[in-house]
Amino acid sequence: MSNVFILVDLQGDAVSKTTAELATAGARMGDVTAIVVAAPGKSGAVVSALTGPISSAICIESGDLATHGVPAYADLISQIVLEKKPSALLIASHAFGKEIAARVAIATDSGIITDAVDVAADGTATQLVFGGSTTVHSKISHGVSIMTIRANTIEANTAPASPAVENIGKSVSDGAKKATITSTQPFVKGGRPELTEANIVVSGGRGTNGDFAAVEGFADALGAAVGASRAATDAGWYPHTHQVGQTGKTVSPQLYVACGISGAIQHRAGMQTSKTIVVVNKDAEAPIFDIADFGVIGDLFAVLPKATEGVIARKS
Amino acid sequence: MKIAVCVKQVPDSWAEKKMINGTLDREGVDAVLNDLDEYAVEEALRIAEAHGGNEEGGANTVTIISMGPERATEAIRKALSMGANDAILISDSALAGADAITTSAVLAKVIETGGFDLVLCGTESTDARMSVVPAMISARLGWAQLTFAGSVVVDPAASTVAITRVTDAGVDSMGASFPAVLSVIEKINEPRYPSFKGIMASKKKTIDVRDCAAIGISVQGAWSVVADSAPRPARAAGIKVTDSGDGGKELVDFLAGKKLI
Repeated sequence: MSNVFILVDLQGDAVSKTTAELATAGARMGDVTAIVVAAPGKSGAVVSALTGPISSAICIESGDLATHGVPAYADLISQIVLEKKPSALLIASHAFGKEIAARVAIATDSGIITDAVDVAADGTATQLVFGGSTTVHSKISHGVSIMTIRANTIEANTAPASPAVENIGKSVSDGAKKATITSTQPFVKGGRPELTEANIVVSGGRGTNGDFAAVEGFADALGAAVGASRAATDAGWYPHTHQVGQTGKTVSPQLYVACGISGAIQHRAGMQTSKTIVVVNKDAEAPIFDIADFGVIGDLFAVLPKATEGVIARKS
Repeated sequence: MKIAVCVKQVPDSWAEKKMINGTLDREGVDAVLNDLDEYAVEEALRIAEAHGGNEEGGANTVTIISMGPERATEAIRKALSMGANDAILISDSALAGADAITTSAVLAKVIETGGFDLVLCGTESTDARMSVVPAMISARLGWAQLTFAGSVVVDPAASTVAITRVTDAGVDSMGASFPAVLSVIEKINEPRYPSFKGIMASKKKTIDVRDCAAIGISVQGAWSVVADSAPRPARAAGIKVTDSGDGGKELVDFLAGKKLI
């Protein structure tokens, strides 16, 4: 059976939900080895937190990761890949993951596929391109199959893993130390779920007029993450880290609720693959209604509080 | 300083895109300069202007580098009309359908021979949206990678560049000595509109069109093969109700019916 590597996805020191999704996808293709790349002394806790169909784990620790970032991670991973020759390497599809995938592809002479939403046993990846309007199936034909997979698109097996652990000592090559990180300020996570991982996302746009209280209230009743359109983040109404769309985040939750968002193509590109789309908008002509499974033509400040009450009533 | 900006001509974001034989049909759609690359052009011009300008005979030059069909000269012209000095376009029928691996090899080859101090890119193209080419160029050249920059400060005397990297994970302050590959996020600046004078001047600027043989690169096939592609059925508009006091309740009933709550 072929050996498939997954790069354990960390948020700070914690293992993200995406890691088990990568393992589940990887297990379709072969035996999964989880690659843990962490600061000195941190990999043990990471391994014990792993879930999903993972047979073994390779841990590499380095003090250079914090100071040299992506190139340092990619350099260590490339060394392991060249040595162990896995058939595939699966990585989470965010800015950091895609840049690592890019550099490892160059270092190992391999093809690369990004933003896969599904992976089959033979390594065929499914991607949704052009703002979700077209489905593409493709496969890597050279070297290691390096693929990045979007969060929340694969139903994860989350049984606890008890992998055989191998600690490997490697040092970061000088060529990967050309840039130096002098300070790091992680974004403070609020109490709500992470946007790209959430099962439900409630987003607000221009129609909120800067008042996100109704949007947040409905999100909290649903246990949802809060998103925003570019119009809302550009106006300074909501942090840019919550922007959904072409240049923001791409989400594909079970349910996406768009409130006061007209549905410009740039926004749709970031949410069109959501399983169910619900819209609240005063403007009956807003293009977002064209892709809505359920739309309410009405004032979000009237509709959302009623809906919030309704959700809370059903839960109690 | 010699600054290069990598740009791509892409189908207009609003155009309907379709695939033919596994690659994007670029013939049948309006093509424009990738709007995320405009931020890179603007930032390059601002860096040049802050350190002696890029007028003829000035301290700096800004060179546009692109790979694409001959008609990509239209997108390059826009970057030139914003104020870049000149351009290199690598155009070769062998490059049609090239993947990011090949694209980065071609761009890196041109950059390597150009003696540049800094290379600026947008964070992604609005058509492929992979966001991998700047990291690949950096890896190929062995130059510093300073990507997802929300601000850039250059010190030409010390030959150093510092950025703040802004991603989902947080904000990093980082720096490196020349040469370096940068990508800039759209929050970094407001790209200028080409002036009439800029548009007129751009018509006299040189676009050096070269094929693969001229830059000394042989093209391999793409390392990812598209098996098939199909338009997804358009999402059919579903139920639409007008709120007359119970829109919120109807919404909750819909969610309950779908077992979403």
